[in-house]
Amino acid sequence: MSIFRSIVFSSVIAGFIVGLIVTVAQQFGTVPLILKAEVFEKAGETHQHDAATAAPAAGHDHASHDHADHDHGAGAWEPRDGLERNAYTAAANVLTAIGFAMLLAGFFAVRSGATGEGVSWHEGLMWGLAGFAVFTVAPGLGLPPELPGMEAAPLLSRQIWWLVAVLATAAGLALIVFRRSAPAAIAGVVLLILPHLIGAPELAHGQSNVPAALLHQFVTAVTVTSLVFWTLLGAVTSALFARFDSGVARA
Amino acid sequence: MSPSQLTNAQVTHLPVAAGQVGRLSQALMAMVLGVFIVGVVGFSHIDVVHNAAHDVRHSNAFPCH
Repeated sequence: MSIFRSIVFSSVIAGFIVGLIVTVAQQFGTVPLILKAEVFEKAGETHQHDAATAAPAAGHDHASHDHADHDHGAGAWEPRDGLERNAYTAAANVLTAIGFAMLLAGFFAVRSGATGEGVSWHEGLMWGLAGFAVFTVAPGLGLPPELPGMEAAPLLSRQIWWLVAVLATAAGLALIVFRRSAPAAIAGVVLLILPHLIGAPELAHGQSNVPAALLHQFVTAVTVTSLVFWTLLGAVTSALFARFDSGVARA
Repeated sequence: MSPSQLTNAQVTHLPVAAGQVGRLSQALMAMVLGVFIVGVVGFSHIDVVHNAAHDVRHSNAFPCH
């Protein structure tokens, strides 16, 4: 199980590094906009929740942390605003980064097995860019990043389309990059376009309390933080995997 | 092609092939596990998981709500 272990070790370390860096980036990029949108979301509902924590404070909001003692209504558990919420965000970021790193490192293992050479950090960076195209750009064309309080088509239908877009884009890129023939390239481009011809599920009359300017800022913030995530993840995971893998080969 | 050549080829190529298959299956196992982790964090419909990972789902543009 040595290669499996190399993949897991390098992915866990890369996941912690990248997940924590991205958590910091999100505190400046996406999270303040999510909190702002929640003010509009809660204004639209009749909720007894107070939205006083909407100020884009980066972490140390003791006031909001202390007074929220047992008033989260009838809904399911959710983390308290402030430190607890950000801690869960950091944990979810680390787990997401570990998961995607395992996917990338799996490809690195197959690639280096086929070519006989380790995957360089630069090649890893390119794989990271491919991840950005597959997991952010392609699904984002049909389903742009959403803020809380926006109405959207049913969740499951959007998740299914998201998955179709990801699979078709990954397959399309693979055909173009790894099979250097004209028919494969044409099939690849068709696969890239296909999910957008099908079209993402949409509401006929989607209404939103969220201002368009806020949403535009959010789309930019999501795209930039995802680019940071994927380029870092590709480079760091490949560098770590090359170390662990060569260590295994020598042993 | 004589039988001796055939066995020779098998002897030299089998270990390499077995190593490749092991590498591929281990890589696939790791990839499936990775996708499973992302799936639970980003796509699970369980309320508690959704609430804990809420800001990450929005920040990654995963379908949410």
